[in-house]
Formats: sequence, structure tokens, C-alpha cells
Amino acid sequence: MTEIKERVATPEPPPELPALGLVGWLRWTWRQLTSMKTALVLLFLLALGAVPGSLIPQTGVDPIGVADFLEANPKLGPFYDKLGLFDVYKSAWFSAIYLLLFISLIGCVVPRLGVYLKAVRARPPQPPRNLHKLAAYETYDADSADGVLEAATRELKRRRYRVEQYDGAVAAERGYLREAGNLLFHFSLILALLGVAWGSLFGYRGTVLVVEGNGFSNSVAQYDDFTSGQAFTGDDDLPPFSLTVQNFAVKFQESGPQRGAAREFNAALTYQESPDGPEKSYDLRVNHPLKLDGSSVYLLGHGYAPKVTVKDGDGKVAFSGPAPFLPQDGNFSSFGVIKAPDARPLALGFEGFFLPTAVIDERGPRSVFPDDLDPALAMTAYYGRPQKETGKPESVYQLDKTKLTQFENGDDKLRFQLQPGDSFTLPDKAGSITFDGYSAWVKIQISHTPGTDVALGGIMLAILGLMGSLFVHPRRTWVRVRTQDGRTVVEIAGLDRGADRGVAGELRTLAKTLTSTTQEKP
Amino acid sequence: MSPETYAQVSNLLIPTATVIYAIAMVSHAMEWALGRTAVAVKSEVQDQVLVASDGTPAAGGTTDGVESPAVENAGRTARMDAASRIGLLLTWLGFVLHLGGVVTRGLAAERVPWGNMYEFSITASLAVAIVYLVFVQRYKLQWLGLGVTLVVAAVLGLASLALYTPAGPLVPALHSYWLVIHVAAAAISGGAFTVGGLVSVLYLVKARAERKVLAGGAMSASLRRLPSAEAMDGTAYKVLAFAFPLWTFGVLVAGPIWAEYAWGRYWGWDPKEVWSLVTWVVYAAYLHARATAGWRGRRAAIIAIVGWFVFIFNFVGVNLLVSGLHSYAGV
Ligand code: HEM
Repeated sequence: MTEIKERVATPEPPPELPALGLVGWLRWTWRQLTSMKTALVLLFLLALGAVPGSLIPQTGVDPIGVADFLEANPKLGPFYDKLGLFDVYKSAWFSAIYLLLFISLIGCVVPRLGVYLKAVRARPPQPPRNLHKLAAYETYDADSADGVLEAATRELKRRRYRVEQYDGAVAAERGYLREAGNLLFHFSLILALLGVAWGSLFGYRGTVLVVEGNGFSNSVAQYDDFTSGQAFTGDDDLPPFSLTVQNFAVKFQESGPQRGAAREFNAALTYQESPDGPEKSYDLRVNHPLKLDGSSVYLLGHGYAPKVTVKDGDGKVAFSGPAPFLPQDGNFSSFGVIKAPDARPLALGFEGFFLPTAVIDERGPRSVFPDDLDPALAMTAYYGRPQKETGKPESVYQLDKTKLTQFENGDDKLRFQLQPGDSFTLPDKAGSITFDGYSAWVKIQISHTPGTDVALGGIMLAILGLMGSLFVHPRRTWVRVRTQDGRTVVEIAGLDRGADRGVAGELRTLAKTLTSTTQEKP
Repeated sequence: MSPETYAQVSNLLIPTATVIYAIAMVSHAMEWALGRTAVAVKSEVQDQVLVASDGTPAAGGTTDGVESPAVENAGRTARMDAASRIGLLLTWLGFVLHLGGVVTRGLAAERVPWGNMYEFSITASLAVAIVYLVFVQRYKLQWLGLGVTLVVAAVLGLASLALYTPAGPLVPALHSYWLVIHVAAAAISGGAFTVGGLVSVLYLVKARAERKVLAGGAMSASLRRLPSAEAMDGTAYKVLAFAFPLWTFGVLVAGPIWAEYAWGRYWGWDPKEVWSLVTWVVYAAYLHARATAGWRGRRAAIIAIVGWFVFIFNFVGVNLLVSGLHSYAGV
């Protein structure tokens, strides 16, 4: 233990700090930063700093949660926002902690590399004068000094010691790998962090919702939402593939306690790696991403897209096709809207639920099973004056009701339900809507994170180093032969670095081996 | 056998194991109670014990958990030894039933038995029992019997009463080899964190008593039966040194690989991931504190206990309080 303490107790800076000047002050700061105590404090800060991000909703993980929080806490919310508490892992203060730790780590282990390289070539040191004062000690009287040290050397080498001859003694040491493991651990940690940093700088991730039968080609504009690292430049960095979702199948548990839980998803894709490449096919499943030129395509979720045809007051088709509805619960009661802004004389809009297994009772319309056993649409309708195209992007999942009026049915709002194939005619000859059928949609994520191999390799090496650092126990052993009052005395002594690991036991066997090989009679 | 039969067998084995562990606990409790009276009678042994337990072993050889014979035998009676041995034997019996319960649960669900909190509880407590039984001879952990049986019986009882979910298959995102590796590593290291935490708690108690003795006070009889504080400190370190690389592998290798397959990103600051990292950092700090700052003993023990709480919170608190991708089916 003493050795470690010595190493840690790097020379303290002189107390008269103000007189140090800029260079001295910088050196002092550097020493503080790269001291083990600081690393310890930074480690604790990192742990502490990571906590709020798990308790407060985060923009990257749960944007809706953040919006709700801001609404519910009008005073606290903006304050949290200023502190970066809604995006902890990208906030300045969190970055500061891990950057300091990173610097501290480098500053701590790089200088030690030199020290270690010297230590790894070092020879086991001279035996101390008083061997009997060591933690473990054995001694016996030998017939003669002949051959004892040779036998000891042989035996110690067999036990994987590094052995050095001294006058009348041998010195042995083993466990050099502990320090090597420790350095490997810390350097690999740096490697892993570099891998992670690379990925977050150059990577990208986007999601897109594709209805069965439709396609997607890889460009930023086609994504529903897209995030990328600072070093990502745009479409040039995206591999030029395209894909089509031919078919989507899902199986649900039909009975038992987990009735309704999805058991198997499968999206049958066809894809081309480049616009003029051959068409291939792939079954996209959860846990089975499609790898394309460094990017990976994942299946994240699914839902229903009812197909409807909307005719306007003039009898013309104002909308036709599938509209993705978003599941609101485990049974896929799905909410969505259908927009027909080009309907004339009145623009039309619809809002409501698609229910794969519909039940409509006093609790309102809802689905009781996620599979399409008895599908229905439960809708309401809006009308408004035709608007000019503004070109402003609009959510496809929400109606902008500021310029729309809900149709009425007597004193009540207009509500209607449709089975597949049904039509409904709106009041005042405003138009009609037909529920033609439905298909599935899938939510696909496409992402590319470079550097994962580096990060993974780094962590694996780190674990390897860690095992060396934790499970290799350095031990020193000395054997000395001397003559005392005409007797030949063999002394064996040893020392474990750190906690005792049973050095005494090893010395006992060593002494036994020596007596049995070098003594003539027991 | 059909899945239903397996499920019934499991539902029979787990409560039985709970009861056996509870009886083992009673046996260990008796061992402690007997220790109290035994030492009170044998006052002449007392001096011997006080010398040996002041933390400065003459031979310097007690850090391995190997007590000097004087302490080992001090104040022990045949009845206490019997109680201790019966406790360990019952723990083995409970463990065998427990193992059977976990295996049949897996067979019933036709997958690994950790798809929800009930299953993770019975598996994690099995891991505690495994770690204890593996190390009990090697590090002479018999004195930990009361703590271990208490924790395992309590977790199992709680799981049966409050968390029980009938067996059923997993949702698709949970199918993967890496899930098996990830959770197995997490459970075993969790078991070791628990054992290390228990040892550290007892360390604090014992170290305090030893300080009192140095100040001229007396040590209560049952505490005297514990190994020296220094030996306990060493034991906690060894168990946690075993757990740390495994945890590193479980949460920083296997977990991210699984997340990459399942969700398309290897790390997403999901609450569960955050708390796994916090656990990792706390134990890294523990190793650092011991290795370099020379914080053995009290301060190291406190860090070990904090790490244990963080681990428990990650499992219980995060599942119940915070929602995230890791929320299990049917919690
Ligand atoms: C990213 C955070 C870090 C982690 C997870 C980490 C982890 C570890 C571990 C597990 C050990 C082994 C302890 C043992 O031998 O029992 C260790 C030892 C050590 N660490 Fe770190 N470390 C980190 C950062 C640092 C930093 C920033 C420094 C420098 C200031 C540092 C300096 C050391 C030193 C000097 C040892 C030597 C212990 C010995 O020789 O026994 N570490 N570290």
C-alpha cells in the first residue's frame, strides 16, 4: 500500500500561491485537475449530474413530456429551461463535467505511461536487511548452501516470478500485469469516449411513417423527423437507397394475461441500394434491422391508416387515399384527421378515431382489441371558407381549427360511424365521405452511428484491462542464504502489495519444496 | 410437461423456497441470540477477542477474511455452530427450490424468466443467493447468513405477494440473445452488489463497536462474533471487485448492443440507462477511493452502500416512478 500512497502523493505545490505567476498558476491548476481526488469528485459530479435527466422529461426522449411540464409549471419551467434541465446530456454544465473528467483522465494516465514503461522493465529489488520483519517469513537450517539459490530460482520461475540474482540471495516479483491492466483500462476508456464522440458528431437518425404499399427514398426532406450531429452535412452524407413497404403482418396474443400484446411484427420490404441498383427484398422485424451501406433501417412501430374518399359539394373527389392514424392505447384506438382543403364550395376537414375492434357504448367509441376484428371509423366533420395556399408546413395529424366550424346535428355536434364500405353524406349538401378500407403503416427509423466499433472495442479492452487491474496481485518474494554461528540459514520472506492474498501459504510450500529438493534427509 | 404445469410447479416452488429461507433466517437469528448469552458467560475469552478485534492483527494476515483461531472460536458453543450450520443447510435447500422455481417459470413462459418485475425479482434474489453460496466457504461468509436470508426471503415474499404476474411470452422487442446476456450479467452483479452492500453495513456497525472498545468501552456479545472490521472491509472489496467488471460488461456492452438491435441506438439516455451508468460511476468511484485516495474502511463502505441503493433504485424506483422504453410488459 505504501507504494501507491507515495505515487499518489505527488509533490504539493508550494503554499505561496500568489507569487507563482501565470505559468505557476497554470501548472498548479493542471496538477489539481489531474489529481486523483479531482477525478473522484468529477466522477461523483457526473453521477449526480446525470440524475435530473432521468427525472425531468427530456427534449430528445420525450418532447411531449417537456411541453406538458412547461404548461403545468409556468414559473419553474422556464427556469429549468435556462439551466438546461430539459436537455441535460447536451447542456453546457454536463458537457463541462465530462470534458474535465476526460482531460483529467488523459492528464493522469499519459504521464504514468512513461513511469509504467520503466517499471515494467524494472528488476525485482534487493532484499531488505531484516527479512523476518516482513508479513510472511519462513526459515530453516540447511545442510549446505549449495544449490539452494539455484533451486529457489527454478521454483520461483516455475511460479511465474521474474527472478533476479543478488549476492547470497534471489529476489523475485510477479504481478506486473496489474499496472498494465490499469493503464489499458484507462486508455481504452479514452478510446471508447472517442468512439462515442465520433458517433455523435457524424451520425444521424430519422424516422418516417410509411403506409403499406408506399415507398421511401433516403433524403432529409422525406423524413418526418431528423436529427444529426454537428459534422453531418446533408443529403450528400445519406446513402441513396430507396425502399417500399409491400406488406405488414402482426400477430397478437389472443388469450391469457397478456392478451392483446403484439407477438410478432414483420414488414416485407423491397429495396434498391442505389437508384439503378437491382431490387432486393427483406423481412424487417424488431431486432432484425436492415443494414444498408453503413445505415440501419429499423422497424419501430405500426398502426392503421384508414382509406377514405371525400367528395365535395360539387361532387368532385377532394381527397382519396390512406390517412395514417396514431394509436392512443394498447388496443390501437387510433386518432387521426382527414383534410380536404380543396373541397368546394366549402373546404372540409374530418377528425376522429379508427377502431380496429370497435365498441361504442356510454363510455364513447373505443377499441377493445388491437387486431382488426371489427373495424370502424368514428368521426366528426368541419367546414370552412376555402383558404389560399400559404405553403406553411402543417401537421398531418391535426386540424387547424381556427378557421373551421364543426358541423351540427340538431343541438349536438355532428358525429357518425362508418363500417368499411359505408358512406356518409354531410348536411347542407356539403359533400360526403366513404370509408373504403384500411391498410397498415409502419414507423421506420433509419440511423447511422459511426464509431460504434471503436466504442465497443474500447469498452471490451477496458474490461480486459480492468480484470488485470483487479485480479492480478503483485507479490515480492526473497530467498537468502547466510551463515550464522556456523549454521547455514535459509530465509524466505514475501510481501503482497495491497491486501494480503495468502503470501504466507505460498512461502510455506516454497520452503517445503526447497527442503525436499536440497536437503539429503528430512 | 405443458407450460401450465410448469407454471403451477413454479408457483408452488417459489413460496416454498420463501418459507425455507425464512426458517433459515430464524436459525441464523438463533445463532446470534445464542452468541449473546454464550459470550456473556465466557468472560475470560473476552480479553482475547478484544485484542484480536481492534483492527491491528499481529500477523497481518487477517485481511483475507481468515480469522485467527482465537476469534473464530471465541464464545462459540456447539449449539451456535449447529444453528449456523442448519441455517446454511436450509439456505442451500431454499436455493435449490428457488432455482427450480425460476427454471420452471422460464419453461412455463417459454423464454428466459425476467420479462417483468416479478420474474426479475425472483431471478435477482436467486443471484444474491448464488453469490453468497459461491463465496460463503471461500471468504468465510457464514456470519452474513442472517442478512442474506433476510434479504432473499423478503424479496421473494414481496414478489409473490405484490408483483406476481402470470407467465406469458415476451413482447417482441425483448427477444434477443443479448437480452439474456445483459440481464444475466446485471442480475449476478446485482447479487454481488447486494452482498457487498450488506457486508459494508455490518462493517460500519462493527467498526463503530471497535472504536468504542479502543476508547475503553465494551462490545456487545453478538458483534464480537463478526470478523474484524478490517477483514469485512477486505471481503466487501473482493465481492465488489468481482461485480464491477461484470456490471461494466452487462450495462456498457451487452445492454447497448441489445438497444442497438431493438431500438436503433446504443445509448439514448433512457432513465434506466442513466441509472445504470450512475451505478457504474459510483462503484468506479468506490474502487478509486480505495485504490488511490486510500479511503478504505468507513468512507469506502459508505460509497458501497450508496452504490447499492442506486442499484436498487434503478430496479425498483425507475420501473415504478419513471416511464421509459425499459418499462416491462405487465408490471
Ligand atoms: C472515467 C472515469 C474513470 C474510471 C471509470 C476509472 C476507473 C478506475 C478503476 C476501476 C481503477 C482500478 C482500481 C484498482 O486498482 O483497484 C482505477 C485506478 C486508477 N485510476 Fe481511474 N478511472 C477513471 C478516471 C480516472 C482519472 C480521471 C484518473 C486520473 C486523475 C484516474 C486515475 C487512476 C489511478 C491513478 C488508478 C490507480 C490505482 C492503482 O494503481 O491501484 N482514473 N481507475
